Amino acid sequence: MAFNSDQLVIMDSIIARYPRKRSAIMPLLHYVQSVYGYVTADGIEIIAEKLDLATAEVTAVSTFYTQYKPEPVGEYHVGVCTNTLCAVMGGDAIFAAVKEHLGIENDGVTDDGKISIEHIECNAACDYAPVVMVNWEFYDNQTVASVIDLIDGARGGNPPAPTRGPKTLRTWKENSAVLAGLSDGLANEGVAAGDPSLLGLRISKSAGGNS
Amino acid sequence: MTQLTPVLSAHWDEKDSFTIDAYRRHGGYGAVAKALAMEPDAVIQTVKDAGLRGRGGAGFPTGMKWGFIPQGDNKDHYLVVNADESEPGTCKDTPLMMANPHVLVEGIIIASYAIRANYAFIYIRGEVVHVVRRLQQAISDAYAQGLLGKNIQGSGFDLELVLHVGAGAYICGEETALLDSLEGFRGQPRLRPPFPAIAGLYAKPTVVNNVESIASVPSIINNGSEWFASMGTEKSKGYTLYSLSGHVANPGQFEAPLGITLRELLTLAGGVRSGHQLKFWTPGGSSTPLFTQDHLDVPLDYEGVSAAGSMLGTKALQIFDETTCVVRAVLRWTEFYKHESCGKCTPCREGTWWLVQILRDLEAGKGTAADLDKLLDVVDNIMGRSFCALADGAASPIISSLKHFREEYMQHLALGACPFDPVASTLFATAGAK
Repeated sequence: MAFNSDQLVIMDSIIARYPRKRSAIMPLLHYVQSVYGYVTADGIEIIAEKLDLATAEVTAVSTFYTQYKPEPVGEYHVGVCTNTLCAVMGGDAIFAAVKEHLGIENDGVTDDGKISIEHIECNAACDYAPVVMVNWEFYDNQTVASVIDLIDGARGGNPPAPTRGPKTLRTWKENSAVLAGLSDGLANEGVAAGDPSLLGLRISKSAGGNS
Repeated sequence: MTQLTPVLSAHWDEKDSFTIDAYRRHGGYGAVAKALAMEPDAVIQTVKDAGLRGRGGAGFPTGMKWGFIPQGDNKDHYLVVNADESEPGTCKDTPLMMANPHVLVEGIIIASYAIRANYAFIYIRGEVVHVVRRLQQAISDAYAQGLLGKNIQGSGFDLELVLHVGAGAYICGEETALLDSLEGFRGQPRLRPPFPAIAGLYAKPTVVNNVESIASVPSIINNGSEWFASMGTEKSKGYTLYSLSGHVANPGQFEAPLGITLRELLTLAGGVRSGHQLKFWTPGGSSTPLFTQDHLDVPLDYEGVSAAGSMLGTKALQIFDETTCVVRAVLRWTEFYKHESCGKCTPCREGTWWLVQILRDLEAGKGTAADLDKLLDVVDNIMGRSFCALADGAASPIISSLKHFREEYMQHLALGACPFDPVASTLFATAGAK
């Protein structure tokens, strides 16, 4: 496979954002993932060619960051936070149940290619613990049962909507394009803030203390 | 009781709060017009007078940082916003950017004008795709309304703003690793000096500021430095976001003057979850030494927390009750630091690996009393011996947990197992759990 001319134009537009073209390496890697689902040898080569780098230099960057995947992940990549706070509050139990339910281990992919799983580090949503991310969308305040339902829904092509995100869960490849800087026009969907984010504001308003 | 002071979060409860229309409805982008009519140095002075200190953890005075950028040097200057929020427990910038991305964009315009930068970047972590969407839209709308690009509002000031999305590396929250990452390299910290103010992005003078710091700037320009400095304590001025998480009845965000206490915040959050007691907590993320119930009345400002033996950090208050095994908690954080060590410096790369091995044995009750001393010995050999503070952060939970809970480590040894039932600490534990 090779990149078609439209895709090459998009890559050039990504490079053009930066004062120095090497800075485009990260969005270009996200873009390669939006096309193939992971970082392919083809992708490494085209980035190296466009940025005047050796393929080893691009590979060195790609392998440093955990969001760049050397092998295909599922259409729905499920990350369960098992950093201390989420782990203690249920993340460990959720991740154990997910592994058992799917019969795969950490970094595994189901045979149908639909679901992959990963235990993730703190995702900046601790007031919504336990937190699960699917294709890097927020699924807040999860339980074992809610995550099993989520996964089964996704496998059946009907995942529930993210808690704070678009109305419909997008695929791994589609969201990778957003990370590459390509708008999908969904910014206006979803809530502005979840309840925990609003807690202090609501208390302040009800106390009349907001001068 | 300290009064809450919603400024950044004042309109998050409006369902379109993230749009440019909503932001303008509340006077948004008025501070840009005001700042562009001032001399850049006067903007810097206003922020200095306000006493704003960095909200990303270190607490360095923001205006002073801006003042370090050499002027008249005929070099490009850069502003880089650190939106790589990844410190365990820290969850303030993410809801801020989701609900009100324009206050960040407005702060960026003002800060860039002050330091004479014509190029600015937001480096956001890659694991929050909906926040990325909100920022993309905000930047696009700001360009469309002439707030970014050439000759902003007829001022002659030009600014390009680029959103740069990371890809999963805690270390990129460290400012020099962030700059290497933004330049297209593996995100590894640089030796300092030179500091970014002299040789930052592309070796040019660069300011790196946290999201909340920059987002605080429009309110300072709008209301004046005296208004800002009227909140907070003597050396820790202004309002800030405190994030309560964990075993509390109602976790969430609280915007309050610096110096509020955990006792007050816990009251607002409905207390520790029903039927349980506070055991330990982090004042500002996992890299800040643990506190206990003895520290409920410590003023949560830079000086107060420091005097009590920890750091204000990111004001990420993670609350753990008596069902939580402190050894398990510390082990998990240590596994995190080991995973996120970039590998550049040997003491950190090797030391965090060994700390994990020792702690795994201790948690499983397979360690010995000598292992406790060995932990401290390893910690002693990694702290302050690396380019950045990651290893120092790794040391914090270990040293502080041994200080406050040495007895609990000993219980693991005596029992030959962990004395805690992990089910009891979960949110969905049944009432009858141990």
